[in-house]
Amino acid sequence: MMQSYYEATARERLAAIVDAGSLREILPPPARTLSPHLMALDLPTAFDDGVIIGSATLAGLPILAAAQEGGFMGGAVGEVHGAKIAGLLARAVATRVAGVVLLLETGGVRLQEANAGLIAVSEIIRAICATRVAGIPVVAAIGGQYGCFGGMGIAASCCGTVVMSEEGRLGLSGPEVIETAHGVDEFDSRDRALVWRTVGGKHRYLLGDAQVLVDDRLDAFRDALAAALRAGGRLDLAALEREHAMLARRLDAYGTCRDAEEIWRAMGIEAPQDVPMLPTDVLVAACKSRRAA
Amino acid sequence: MERLAFRFDGGVPAASARQPCIVGVVASGNLEVLIEPSASDSACAIEINTAAHGFRATWQAVMADFFARHPIAGVRISINDAGATPAIVSLRLDQAFEAYAGDGAP
Amino acid sequence: MDWRDVARRLFPDGHDIVADGDLLSGAGRCGDATFAVVGSTNHAEAGVEIALAMARLVLATMRDHAGRPILFLVDTSGQRLRHRDELLGINRCMAHLAKCVEVARARGHRVVALVYDQALSGGFLASGMMADVCAALPEAEIRVMNLPAMARVTRQPEERLRALAATSPVFAPGAINYVRMGAIDALWDGDLAAHLLAALRDAAPDDVRRDAGLARGGRALAAPIAARAAVE
Repeated sequence: MMQSYYEATARERLAAIVDAGSLREILPPPARTLSPHLMALDLPTAFDDGVIIGSATLAGLPILAAAQEGGFMGGAVGEVHGAKIAGLLARAVATRVAGVVLLLETGGVRLQEANAGLIAVSEIIRAICATRVAGIPVVAAIGGQYGCFGGMGIAASCCGTVVMSEEGRLGLSGPEVIETAHGVDEFDSRDRALVWRTVGGKHRYLLGDAQVLVDDRLDAFRDALAAALRAGGRLDLAALEREHAMLARRLDAYGTCRDAEEIWRAMGIEAPQDVPMLPTDVLVAACKSRRAA
Repeated sequence: MERLAFRFDGGVPAASARQPCIVGVVASGNLEVLIEPSASDSACAIEINTAAHGFRATWQAVMADFFARHPIAGVRISINDAGATPAIVSLRLDQAFEAYAGDGAP
Repeated sequence: MDWRDVARRLFPDGHDIVADGDLLSGAGRCGDATFAVVGSTNHAEAGVEIALAMARLVLATMRDHAGRPILFLVDTSGQRLRHRDELLGINRCMAHLAKCVEVARARGHRVVALVYDQALSGGFLASGMMADVCAALPEAEIRVMNLPAMARVTRQPEERLRALAATSPVFAPGAINYVRMGAIDALWDGDLAAHLLAALRDAAPDDVRRDAGLARGGRALAAPIAARAAVE
């Protein structure tokens, strides 16, 4: 039985995370929801357009879930893919499930669908916010090869809880895009250690943009997502005031830091150069009192 | 993309009603295989959408080998291929068949 | 397009909008309504500072002016493409702004946006595209990404993407394509104040963009697929 979240396909992740046998797929492959835009460009299509959506239970709680397949078009969001997720979030409000679980692995807007992809991502962002305002928790997991970038990096941070593994990456602009715009001295996209210090799971956890850091194991993700659903977390003015204060403090404290190690040192972590080597549980224990909320 | 279709007659239907199954991912060098029960058609009908052009004879051989291993009737097999090797194609077909006709969940 | 000209046309009864660097803020009177104005100028690069500054303005509106409608004036060249902004979590700052807009909407603030020059995805998703109603001036352009970066990421030659952008509504940057696809409500010309008042009157909290895209023929599948996902 496969253990690694990173190595698993979207279907395998979803099957492993929800209660055994509870998944009922919505718009499954026989529905053949292919992308007309990819067909117009004579590119390969997938029957589910790269995202699995369905209803299930998780630790006994009724949920809706979506899992993006990074292997297909880098998990990027096109018109159909995006509509599946937005429709799922609307369904969550209508059926008052215990929560929505999003297994995100995506480069963001599917550039081959350009305008349609951008609007689709925007509709996901609005739907996540609206679903949470309606009182339904929305939680995200990020731990795959393609990370979570582009407009979907904004969508992820609209969720109430983000669970990441060290292997995961979360950001807005990919390192390649930054390097194309401003050169290799601005961001060397082939410096893997630099990439992970900047957008990787450990840095996001220390910064407070991933609320939970887990090992690269399907059962670890499952347990963390179940706990996140139970914890809830309202989206209201008070929560936004707290978030604003935290982000303003972040800019004050770390706005002139040139690298993540400087930030970690400023947080009070004694040996910041060792952070990439630390096992997850050691890191979590070591910074219990230090990392931002 | 190139579209191909093959039919194989003389197979044996699955023992009982089956759920559609899908295996694989449409990633470079990979493919997805969807296998569904066909209520109207008793053949093993295969349709392929492939990014690799000009390999009809290879696909014919791979499909014929698959049907020889698993002579199944009354199914529709649909493939989206992004340039997988014949070995990978055969592997996915066998995985799809196992998921469809085996005792385990898809 | 100069924001001052746009502001004059939107608020003939007066406004006190000021520019602080690339950030626009203030209030404008239009008919009986006073709008809180949040915006950008100079094709602003949207980095962590401007995202938080915009959020601060939305939060202040919620705290100090219950029910006041909000207008986003959009002119952005997209998110700031710097290592520093990624390091500090620009995606989180943008999400914070988006959430502020959503909570404002839930608390009864109507949110309108006007793209008066250009808008690129990362600078637009958390502001203009969160509005109840997003409009654009006829000459406005909306893009997902600059062509060189798009060429690199898609591994397509720039010339091919340029050709697509010239001929395909899915790729063309003119705001009219976004109207057809439902994301832009309408192009505003002439009496901007009248357009603004009509938008305020017609604005509603539900996201109607998929239905508009279907009705106008620019996005045939989004609405039916989402509807099926919601009920099947």
